[in-house]
Amino acid sequence: MATLIIAEHDNSTLKASTLHAVTAAQQVGGDIDVLVAGSGCQAAADEAAKVAGVAKVLVADNAAYANQLAENVAKLVAEVGAGYSHIMATSTPEAKNVLPRAAALLDVGQISDILRVDSADTFGRPIYAGNAIATVKSLDAIKVITVRGTAFEAAAAEGGSAAVEAVSAAHDAGVSSFVSDEVAQSDRPELTSAKIIVSGGRGMGNGENFAMLDSVADKLGAAVGASRAAVDAGFVPNDMQVGQTGKIVAPDLYVAVGISGAIQHLAGMKDSKYIVAINKDDEAPIFQVADYGLVADLFEAVPELDGKL
Amino acid sequence: MKVLVTVKRVIDYNVKVRVKSDNTDVDLTNVKMAMNPFCEIAVEEAVRLKEAGVASEVVVVSLGPQAAQEQIRTALALGADRGILVQTDEVLESLNVAKLLAKVIDQEQPGLVIMGKQAIDSDNNQTGQMLGALTGMAQGTFASEVKIEGDKALVTREVDGGLQTVELAMPALVTTDLRLNEPRYASLPNIMKAKKKPMDTTTPEELGVTIKAHSEVLRVDTPEERQAGIKVASVDELVDKLKNEAKVI
Repeated sequence: MATLIIAEHDNSTLKASTLHAVTAAQQVGGDIDVLVAGSGCQAAADEAAKVAGVAKVLVADNAAYANQLAENVAKLVAEVGAGYSHIMATSTPEAKNVLPRAAALLDVGQISDILRVDSADTFGRPIYAGNAIATVKSLDAIKVITVRGTAFEAAAAEGGSAAVEAVSAAHDAGVSSFVSDEVAQSDRPELTSAKIIVSGGRGMGNGENFAMLDSVADKLGAAVGASRAAVDAGFVPNDMQVGQTGKIVAPDLYVAVGISGAIQHLAGMKDSKYIVAINKDDEAPIFQVADYGLVADLFEAVPELDGKL
Repeated sequence: MKVLVTVKRVIDYNVKVRVKSDNTDVDLTNVKMAMNPFCEIAVEEAVRLKEAGVASEVVVVSLGPQAAQEQIRTALALGADRGILVQTDEVLESLNVAKLLAKVIDQEQPGLVIMGKQAIDSDNNQTGQMLGALTGMAQGTFASEVKIEGDKALVTREVDGGLQTVELAMPALVTTDLRLNEPRYASLPNIMKAKKKPMDTTTPEELGVTIKAHSEVLRVDTPEERQAGIKVASVDELVDKLKNEAKVI
């Protein structure tokens, strides 16, 4: 039994999300190897080799993998992964793009977004926006699995000394190419790794009012999120969305401002350690999950909070 | 260019699901069903391509029980031209769906396939990518913008921290994210017209696909409920609690 973990990286550094998949793989048991597919990605591979618990790092360094195009990387994952009992990655947009494609090439299913490892073939995963948890047994010889990062602690980034081996396989499907990236520039932490998140909902009224949350977030070193209602209303971009259809987060503190608490939003944040809700409607469902609820007009409460931090 | 769009019949997104008392599944008896929200976005995008003169025909496909005809009719009322139901009462896992769709694509030869990125029942987010693998088509997943330029599709994708644009050779496959468009509502005249639009029914047997189980659901549980905390009376009290009780700021 051995697990192949698909690393998430930007060629120069290994992303912290990868460390959560390592922990899930440790719970499965057996050897853990990490595949780093990229272009000029030796530095990321060297970082992966230091992760505690990793036996071997396989580096596929080829221009075809530079931008993680699924058509190319899935072929590589299927080829390298064919020798493993488990293929795992943390559920990020990148992994969600590549892993099911690799699974189909191997003629196996995928178990998405696991929260729990019960045994080498049985896992817990959320369905219906987290309103039910299914215990699922894989019947496939190769188990392809994505891991919900917030459900597994990060493995130690240091302490390992894995061997690093090159993989020569070059797969260029030739049907897709990278055009451009438009990365939002922000000095704030990423939503999925932030310790504190301040989120706004439809109650914010418009996109300009999110500046109030930005100010609070800057004082707390927090990330700024939003509910789907705020995204749908066009207040803020979709990459800020927390919820079933957006990002799943579990910070130490989640401050929900003007968010009613729809099922689909709760699915994305209810595992936060502390939840604060600020809403003028004292019947809002968000108060049913909040540790500290403040029934108040956010346009008065948020500036006051900002002043007292 | 022909566009093929898929729709799934799922529990209405406003309905709160309950786990059955025997923990075998969630209880779907007498629950309102609807088209998966991401599939609505897929239908809307296909119809807009037709209205823009880019697509010549929009074919809508669903897989599932006979009742899934309702969701095909809804898509036809929204502007799709023709429906295909792959009828089966078996539980279809993503890879089975992808294999069945690959056969339909063989027959239909669309230039573009548009699907929802995930269904809100199983929350798998797999089928589009699997279909890409089986057909060899390039995939533009989690799309927030789709532009057709000659025999290429330019797809802008929602990724961590921003957007990525990729160029795909056609035929290509797109899965929809929330911001791609805002779906319209069907008008009454269009609902009436949809009843006359053609709908074919086929089966996994006719398509030559054997349904294989790749996993088994052992049990379904209700997640642990989070307990409500307290209401604070003022911002001062809130700040005090966060500093001295929770110790998170």
